[in-house]
Amino acid sequence: MDAASTRSFALQDAIFARSTQFFAMLVLVTLLAILGSLVYGAWPTITQVGPKFLVDGAWDPVRSLFGGLAPLWGTIITATIAMIIAVPVSFGIAIFLTEMCPPVLKRPLGTAVELLAAIPSIIYGMWGLFVFAPLFGEYVQPALTATVGKLPIIGILFQGQPIGIGVLSAGIILSVMVIPFTASVMRDVFETTPAILKESAYGLGATTWEVMWNVVLPYTKTGVVGGVMLGLGRALGETMAVTFVIGNAYNISLKLFDPGNSIASSLANEFNEASDPLHLSALISLGLVLFLLTFCVLAASRWMLSSLAKREGKRT
Amino acid sequence: MIDAEQASGNARVNNPIYRRRVWLNRFNMAMSMATMAFGMIFLIWILITLFGKGFAAFGPQLFTQMTPPPGSDGGLANAIFGSVLMVGASVLIATPVGIMAGIYLAEVGRDNWIAKVTRFVNDILLSAPSIVIGLFVYSLIVFQVKHYSGWAGAVALAIIAVPVVVRTTENMLMLVPNSLREAAVALGAPTWKVVLKVTLKAVRGGVITGILLALARVSGETAPLLFTSLNNQFWSTDMNAPMANLPVVIFQFAMSPYEDWQRLAWAGALLITLTVLLLNILARTVFRQKTQ
Amino acid sequence: MAFQVSLGDTAVAERTATKLKINNLNFFYGSFQGLRNISLEIPEKQVTAFIGPSGCGKSTLLRVLNRMYSLYPGQRAEGEVLFNGQNVLDPKYDLNALRGSVGMVFQKPTPFPMSIYDNIAFGVKLYESLSKSDMDERVEWALKKASLWTEAKDKLSQSGLSLSGGQQQRLCIARGIAVKPEVLLLDEPTSALDPISTARIEELVSELRTDYTIVIVTHNMQQAARVSQHTAYMYLGELVEFTPTAQIFVKPKDKRTEDYITGRFG
Repeated sequence: MDAASTRSFALQDAIFARSTQFFAMLVLVTLLAILGSLVYGAWPTITQVGPKFLVDGAWDPVRSLFGGLAPLWGTIITATIAMIIAVPVSFGIAIFLTEMCPPVLKRPLGTAVELLAAIPSIIYGMWGLFVFAPLFGEYVQPALTATVGKLPIIGILFQGQPIGIGVLSAGIILSVMVIPFTASVMRDVFETTPAILKESAYGLGATTWEVMWNVVLPYTKTGVVGGVMLGLGRALGETMAVTFVIGNAYNISLKLFDPGNSIASSLANEFNEASDPLHLSALISLGLVLFLLTFCVLAASRWMLSSLAKREGKRT
Repeated sequence: MIDAEQASGNARVNNPIYRRRVWLNRFNMAMSMATMAFGMIFLIWILITLFGKGFAAFGPQLFTQMTPPPGSDGGLANAIFGSVLMVGASVLIATPVGIMAGIYLAEVGRDNWIAKVTRFVNDILLSAPSIVIGLFVYSLIVFQVKHYSGWAGAVALAIIAVPVVVRTTENMLMLVPNSLREAAVALGAPTWKVVLKVTLKAVRGGVITGILLALARVSGETAPLLFTSLNNQFWSTDMNAPMANLPVVIFQFAMSPYEDWQRLAWAGALLITLTVLLLNILARTVFRQKTQ
Repeated sequence: MAFQVSLGDTAVAERTATKLKINNLNFFYGSFQGLRNISLEIPEKQVTAFIGPSGCGKSTLLRVLNRMYSLYPGQRAEGEVLFNGQNVLDPKYDLNALRGSVGMVFQKPTPFPMSIYDNIAFGVKLYESLSKSDMDERVEWALKKASLWTEAKDKLSQSGLSLSGGQQQRLCIARGIAVKPEVLLLDEPTSALDPISTARIEELVSELRTDYTIVIVTHNMQQAARVSQHTAYMYLGELVEFTPTAQIFVKPKDKRTEDYITGRFG
């Protein structure tokens, strides 16, 4: 091979490296641009309302009052309800799929769970509004109020208008949406446990539950937490599953039957109709808060999942 | 001495600790099965509702007639067309960007800081709230040109599709054994040729899987289109104007008080779900066939 | 090539009572038959080695003895394995109790993701509820028995993964002993270890013989010669020969055994 062609190869490779790098940087720049544009859009609120935005519950565009606490509160409460239901259920499903499921059903059920995680969230929202909420309001909510609603302290959570839509319904619909997702991540994580480690525990006479709880779970704990955080990130930022059933009211209440609002549902409902620049800016500020919140959760999740992957790599 | 201490099999079984463990195990395994049933019941319930209500409103008019004003008959033709156009455009944008970035991560940058940061950022974008992406494209395009447009919608969807393509492309390229790369390099081929003609070709099936998954992911996205393409009651092929699309039509119709609109929303919901499931199944099939 | 083996403890091969009696055992992986009509008596408080080329079924046979195979659907055993006179293959035989009495150590060290102390206490807690001081004593006893005490006594609360490979394997042996089993199954316990760690494990096996019935699977003939009193040579799922170790290496009865131990095999 002559020197000229070697040189041209080097040039070609440099061009190739630069051009692929350009596209990788594009991904990076997109995130920065999202952050930049949100901060820019939120600037009027940041300067005119200030940090009070995060603790003020009064939101009234007519009187130009913009406190973001109500939708922030709604976002956190709905996501918390969703995770309280989704985490144990997903854990159970993942145990079933890894340890108990008859082999004939293992693949079909696993695939079914994965496919269900792919169903667009708007479907969950519609089902929540048309099917779940009416039944929930008619049968479940009155029953809850009459029983656990009477308990001291936590009783207040199960009070309010039994109209089916509200914060609790939104949380439940979110959990149904998140379950297939967290369950399939947990299953994948559980399956990274070496068979020989599980056999050692079975070899001592441990039961399936003891193997899962004492060996598999500690072995995969960072991955499990990462998977849960990933689900939490989804729940915090979900728009459609929530908007249909949360009730769209700026409301800070411990009564979970009351209608409320999440950041995403506020944006979906109001953004196109907002004309006052401060109103627009306040909505964008909500978007910024949501973005930062999910960023932290997702970053933590990614860090945990990758530390599990790294250990995997070292072991095998 | 030790013989005396050694518990026989029977003593191990006939003791309260052991019995408690066995019951705890049975109880928890029953709970695990119950959670599986719980999850499945909800999800089957949703699918039955969707199929029942969706098929009731299904018919050829869905594909031939425009979205109607309340109280009259109509279909979803303009919304279906708009969705196909925007989703198609978004994937056309996302595919080259995603593949190139994926190549950078797996073949060029590998462990340098740009690759590490990009990988991290890509994972964040993969799960970032889609409504925020809608806000971003609104500020970036809609606010600047002062009108909603199909292009804005396509860009928003592309931003959601890119991370999916990047992730799968990188993962697939990482599966290529180094010996294949070394064999090609040993012939004196330049890196770009090795990547494009050998490694990328070896994982073609996996990359196509990624594109199909991206297609499936953006087909059902509603939130980012609300502030970008908005909606259009009429047939429009102009990507520079507001454009009808299935998810936003479903959202508006389902939230409306009109029953005929709600029926159309269910039909649209069924259509989207079938598309997404079909794309997912197709992606799996391609993946299984091409990577054996 | 002349093949010289040094026979260690083999001289003490003596007929003791039978601990495990295997009768007409057949084993299937789906439709593939992994073991054919095996009958064998494993003597109490002696070391029995299973040797043979890879794929001969020696590990499979070991995994039948504590029914480890039953974790995997599609694997099944037919025949009898009598442990203290009871058939452990009987579905009514309690699986957890069996595994409490028949401990197992694997090819690679498998410390659980918990502290050294808890690694040992884990198994004990499955069967006994001990006070803190009794548990401390038990942990110390097991670690001493596995000759790991001096190395580990100052870091009992550290993760089991902080130990070296050989120490981890001794921890796994200590963990197995701590539940006071009657039989210990060792599945190529030194295959992932360096020669020095291997020597320590072999020494340990010889010491443990006074208290436990030990069955060891090994691909290393010298190891079988060094640690065992009885050796079973297996080939293609069949038991070719089962005799005192001293005899099998000096005067094998079967031509196939002779080929294998003299290195003429395959």
